Amino acid sequence: MILAFVDHVDGAPTILSLEVLTMARRLAQEMAAPLDAVVIGPKGGSAAGIFTSYGVRALHVADDGRLAEYAPAAWAQSLVELVGREHPELVIGTASDRGAEVMAHLAARMALPLAANCTEVMPGDPFTVTRQRWGGSLLEEARVKGAVKLLTLAPHALTAEASPSRTDVATRQWTPRLEDKAFRVRIIPQVEADTGKISLAQARVVVGGGRGVGSAEGFASLEELAQHLGGAVGCSRAVTSLGWRPHSDQVGQTGTRIAPDLYIACGISGAIQHMVGCRAAKHILAINTDPAAPIVQQADYAVIGDVQKVLRAVNTQIRKVRGR
Amino acid sequence: MNVLTCIKRVPATAGHIALTPDGQEIDTRYLGFTISPHEECAVEEAVRLIEKHGGTTTVLTLGPEAATDQLRDAMALGIERAILLETDGREWDPAATAAAIVEAIQAERAAGRTYDIVMFGNESADSAGYQVGVRVSEALDLPCVTAIKALDVAGGTVNVRRQTESGWETAEVALPAVLAVKEGINLPRYPSLPGRLKAKKKEIERIKPEWRDGGLEKVRLKLPVQAAHSVEVLGKNGDVSAELVQLFRRLSLL
Repeated sequence: MILAFVDHVDGAPTILSLEVLTMARRLAQEMAAPLDAVVIGPKGGSAAGIFTSYGVRALHVADDGRLAEYAPAAWAQSLVELVGREHPELVIGTASDRGAEVMAHLAARMALPLAANCTEVMPGDPFTVTRQRWGGSLLEEARVKGAVKLLTLAPHALTAEASPSRTDVATRQWTPRLEDKAFRVRIIPQVEADTGKISLAQARVVVGGGRGVGSAEGFASLEELAQHLGGAVGCSRAVTSLGWRPHSDQVGQTGTRIAPDLYIACGISGAIQHMVGCRAAKHILAINTDPAAPIVQQADYAVIGDVQKVLRAVNTQIRKVRGR
Repeated sequence: MNVLTCIKRVPATAGHIALTPDGQEIDTRYLGFTISPHEECAVEEAVRLIEKHGGTTTVLTLGPEAATDQLRDAMALGIERAILLETDGREWDPAATAAAIVEAIQAERAAGRTYDIVMFGNESADSAGYQVGVRVSEALDLPCVTAIKALDVAGGTVNVRRQTESGWETAEVALPAVLAVKEGINLPRYPSLPGRLKAKKKEIERIKPEWRDGGLEKVRLKLPVQAAHSVEVLGKNGDVSAELVQLFRRLSLL
């Protein structure tokens, strides 16, 4: 049996979890094994309908009032119990903060290896996987051993796809035996006022600035262009390190991954760690003095020139065509 | 309060990655090395905690002799003591790495040195296993939080904040604990010259753990396939504002 560990928000599987179910269904077909899914928490069974389109045979729901809150060790211990009872050959989860954390606890508790951020999986003993390093700029082919193979799936390694055929999903609730100690860490969502700012991750246009912007003040021209285009301002790690912009603006491997229609990269050289963060952009426009900069090579459109001069001219032009 | 920070030496990559002919490693002939970004912030956070609350700081890494450079970088930022778990350059998988760190922490405990916080980066920049901190916490029976973007110690507990797609989440955890932090938790300081000079003279304690099979084995590295790609240069050193406005219109942004 293959077990998909499904993360959910009030019972609705996250998009990354649907990707996990899609991969798990493919592997189940390849291995001629049934596919089960597991959700943790009392609300877990409320979206059982979704699982019928993913070839799931049984949905296991760990039901304990204390599991309504996210407690990584308790969630992992629930999986340990289920794995011990159902003996899956493979457990696959998301590579989200939660998925990665719970799967790591599971691996530690079962003394098994765990391969994180896999993009391809070849069953066998051992399994052979392709996994991401350097945020996906580099791939590793690796062998995963162990009586139960444990994997997390890299985000967007494939597209979530519901199956045209439907299965009858048996919902099996159980109450795992959990000591109080498993709840030493309980993670509580914090409700905060909406600032009304367009978030970097969701923006249709991102105007990103690198060292070539020249100074913290130099970002004013990027702010103006972002405002004209209804977008958000981002930056490179060099800029964050210089203290010009807050880390929340940083695009890249250790910052935010963006997926806008247009990414305007201003004075950014295009280090691999930065490109990892913006490669999901539909179009990239690079503005750079150096025609040989890596970002120019990877962009769809390029303007070779000084960032401030180019932006000043285009901002003026936009104001003019808009009659302001 | 005593804080142990675990770091990793990684290549300082720039515009592209090249591999060695056998596909086993990144070709680092023309690259420098650095502390992995999340761990750079872990070092800074440890130093700040001790500046605020008093106590001791120790940095530890598992890596080759050359990783003493990164231990000294950490000491230049204000960490007092350094431990190298020296390897022969072979790759250690996450389970094996965690086991060696656990043994080192147990040896510290036997020598009368206990830690209130064992700090990690959330994941290393290069191999990105997302698990060493969690494994260490489980082996030592300590609570663990990963993906931390802010932390505050008060009395015997630590309050941590994590960022989600839609906002923030928090946890309050009793110490001792294992904490894995993400870049953005702070802005690491630059080392001072006196700090660098002091770090250069410091003793580094060494342990040689035995390599073990953790069950995850690297076969080879490969570069992702790049689709053929061409760039349209809209202009060079002239006024291209009309072309840009046209582009924005074509993409329905204006």
